[in-house]
Amino acid sequence: MSASDLWSIVPELWLAGLAIFLLLVDLLTARKSLVGVVAVMGLLLSIIPIGSLLTQGARTVIFGSYAVDGFAVFFKILTVIATALVVLAAIDWLPGRSQYEGEFYALLVFTALGLVLMAASTDIILLALSIEFVSLTSYVLAGYLKGDVKSNEAGVKYFLYGAAASAVMLFGFSILYGLTGSTNLYEIARRVANAPLPALYLSIALMLSGFGFKISMVPFHQWTPDVYEGAPTPVAAYLSVASKAAGFAALVRMLMVVVDPGRLNWILLIAVLSAVSMTLGNLLALPQRNIKRMLAYSSISHAGFLLIGVAAFRGDFGTPGLLIYLLGYMFTQLGAFFVAALIGQQLGTDDIPDYAGLSRRAPVSALLMAVFMLSLTGFPPTSVFIGKFYVLAGAIDNGLLWLAIVGVVNSVISLYYYAGVIRAMYVMPAASTVPLREPAALQVALGIAGLGTLLIGLYPQPIIDLARSAVLLLRI
Amino acid sequence: MLSLIIFLPLLGGLIILFLPKTSERAMKQIALICSTASLVFSLLAVTQFRLGGGMQFQERYSWIPSIAVNYHLGVDGLSLPLIVLTAVLSVLSVIYSWRMDVRLKEYLFLFLLLETGMLGVFAALDFFLFYIFWEVTLVPMYFLIGIWGGPRREYAAIKFFLYTLVGSLAMLLAILILYFNAEPHTFSMLELIRQQPLADAPLLAALAFWGFFLSFAIKVPMWPFHTWLPDAHVEAPTAGSVILAGILLKMGTYGFVRVSLPMLPGTFKAYAFFIAVLALLGIVYGALVAMAQTDLKKLVAYSSVNHMGYVMLGIAAAAGAVGDPSKAAAAATALNGAVFEMIAHGIITGGLFFIVGVLYDYRAHTRGVDEFGGLGARLPVYSGITTLAMLASLGLPGLMGFVAEFLVFLGSFGVFPYLTAVAVTGVVFTAAMFLWTIQRIFLGPLNPRWATLADMDAREKLTLVPLAVLMVIFGLYPKPLLDLINAAMSGLVTALR
Repeated sequence: MSASDLWSIVPELWLAGLAIFLLLVDLLTARKSLVGVVAVMGLLLSIIPIGSLLTQGARTVIFGSYAVDGFAVFFKILTVIATALVVLAAIDWLPGRSQYEGEFYALLVFTALGLVLMAASTDIILLALSIEFVSLTSYVLAGYLKGDVKSNEAGVKYFLYGAAASAVMLFGFSILYGLTGSTNLYEIARRVANAPLPALYLSIALMLSGFGFKISMVPFHQWTPDVYEGAPTPVAAYLSVASKAAGFAALVRMLMVVVDPGRLNWILLIAVLSAVSMTLGNLLALPQRNIKRMLAYSSISHAGFLLIGVAAFRGDFGTPGLLIYLLGYMFTQLGAFFVAALIGQQLGTDDIPDYAGLSRRAPVSALLMAVFMLSLTGFPPTSVFIGKFYVLAGAIDNGLLWLAIVGVVNSVISLYYYAGVIRAMYVMPAASTVPLREPAALQVALGIAGLGTLLIGLYPQPIIDLARSAVLLLRI
Repeated sequence: MLSLIIFLPLLGGLIILFLPKTSERAMKQIALICSTASLVFSLLAVTQFRLGGGMQFQERYSWIPSIAVNYHLGVDGLSLPLIVLTAVLSVLSVIYSWRMDVRLKEYLFLFLLLETGMLGVFAALDFFLFYIFWEVTLVPMYFLIGIWGGPRREYAAIKFFLYTLVGSLAMLLAILILYFNAEPHTFSMLELIRQQPLADAPLLAALAFWGFFLSFAIKVPMWPFHTWLPDAHVEAPTAGSVILAGILLKMGTYGFVRVSLPMLPGTFKAYAFFIAVLALLGIVYGALVAMAQTDLKKLVAYSSVNHMGYVMLGIAAAAGAVGDPSKAAAAATALNGAVFEMIAHGIITGGLFFIVGVLYDYRAHTRGVDEFGGLGARLPVYSGITTLAMLASLGLPGLMGFVAEFLVFLGSFGVFPYLTAVAVTGVVFTAAMFLWTIQRIFLGPLNPRWATLADMDAREKLTLVPLAVLMVIFGLYPKPLLDLINAAMSGLVTALR
């Protein structure tokens, strides 16, 4: 390990330092929102060292256990933006619900660190550790509202499911180690071609349970609606975006580096899981009345869409497709959750019928929510449309036309429940006409999410360029 | 020029969005100014249009270079009349909506956004752009029906939304199939027409064709995809119905002529007879069902199914003549008739929906045909214009509808003689239906309930008289419009021969 290795992990060191610093700030000040503001500043500053990595060539550092490549940088950027937005939203949401406000921001930044590590690990030990790290902080965050029964339920449920999924995944890792005698992904990739196929299939299947849990893929999705419903709304937003994205990063790295050289037909496996996730998530979202449960099921269906991008991770469309989708989805999904947080805070309800007349009571938030819902359906010109366009094009380009057709059918189904929210806000008569208060920091976070959704939709070229530079995933 | 025509309404809509809720008058004025400006520029484009000059007023800028998407606009003799029609009906709808008082700001914004979307569909020459404009028209229409519609508006709105989204996503897949089979990959419609990327891949060509077909046929709507139409038309507010019938339906037939016919001519020819049969079913079914209606708005809605059947018959006949030089003349005639019918139907049926609105929105508040009677003496101006529009719709010589239907029959007889013979009987049903309607509403003894009904006011006359004048002018002297259309259609037929 050399000094240049240390320079390459400055972003990670920065995040770790920031989280510890936040704990100190929390000790010294009584104004807890200050901790949140410092967290946002610190996260934004971390863009500088992350950006400086963009110009460097792809390589591994720290004895080949950690990748510094465009792919990892992309997920660092995504994680930092998502964390900053969620902290912003929490500044207005959290006060009055929990007395441990400062620690909340510190935990979020610690989680961000874990997610960044997950996306860049090239050693199965480090990968397992970073997944566990993320899981631990997420369990705490999900159960953060100690006085709230549902939040407690969310924390415990997330923990039980998560622990089981992690254990199964570790078992899969151990088989992989037994087959190849190495923990380094690149070493494994060199030797995997000689491994017996059945054992390799078993190992992949077991590992998928861990990744599938993080990305809420069917059949490892059961925790999602309960946890999203019970967890503090900003945490639910965070889990549905950042944690999911890092899960996809780890999954893609594993598939591309290790599994692809191993003569397995993993594409069909992923394609089938994608089709099942999309369809089941959608069908279960149809009858939901609670906005957070609806968004949870819809996020399962979006996981299916993202898996199209994984199955078609080749060629000009397939490779950037997944990344473009993730980035666009991040803004839209966060925005939708922020509106849910706002309404939950102001009206004390998460039921979609209670959104009636929102277009009169909070016109800006209602308009943004309508944009988010249309974006999630895949209407142009919005960010998720560009993402869907790319993954569908990637599927067709890679001979997966049937999967593209499944995706299209699911888009139509999803319109029904997304339009249900719009219908409540715009068509149904208002129960009251009192205007809602729209708090400042939450509004800023909401505005950025809305801007991101529309700008990516109208002018996607910079995002496409970024994603293209990021697909330089280090392989052997 | 084209960008200006397309985005002026949206600009007005955005300004309206930032006006305070109380300045209603200013909002309406801005909406009127912007849509009128758009109309003026589109008329200016007509005066500068050179017949036989192909695609004109082209604008082309690189938009998303990494996937070869361009912002590419242009018009020819097919799209220019549709753009002018859109602009005309939009201005008239704004005038008609002057008395709208429920959630005016949202109404005007959505309306202007819709206008931008429709104009964009007709001017876009890049598939990516075309798709975006196509989808942009869906959302405002959903809101227009859902918020300002009739009693069953929520059902009608979501039905419209779901049906048309199925179609547009099928189209997206078809577009992608074309894109990936073109070399180099391109979304440019002109380039795809030149390349004919699927000429040697019959299976993919069939898939792409049916993808486009689903999308366009739902929009037209062709029988049996028409079931969203009566619901949407009946529940939509008057201006919404006018735009829906006058322009949105034309997007479907425009797609057949602009996309299916030139890009997949071989496949279209293979299925032309089948599609002509569907068109025939639409003609007969639409007319018969319309005759059975007692709700005036539903009656007009079903007559749309009938009229769009004529358009589709003409297009299918042209497709059936692909590759057969001896039928080229008939194909050109049929296509001219089909496009002329698009414009004629826009003007006539747009007018008819205004007519229904005049009676329903502010006077009788009922649309039951049987509840009226003897209105002719009470409302002379209204009766005159209504009778004119209905006669135009049923195809009375001297009015616009006749020219269109005559050309369609003339052309398609040369390709599908038996089908055309059956289709002509549809005219009899249409005539019976409208004459019977006129009789029930305007003739006979005056129903005392309507003894105090007032005739049309100035604003209503302002919306309807221009349409009535157009019906007569183009009925008696269709040449200028027909020359414009023919310039594009004869070129298309030559390319297909």
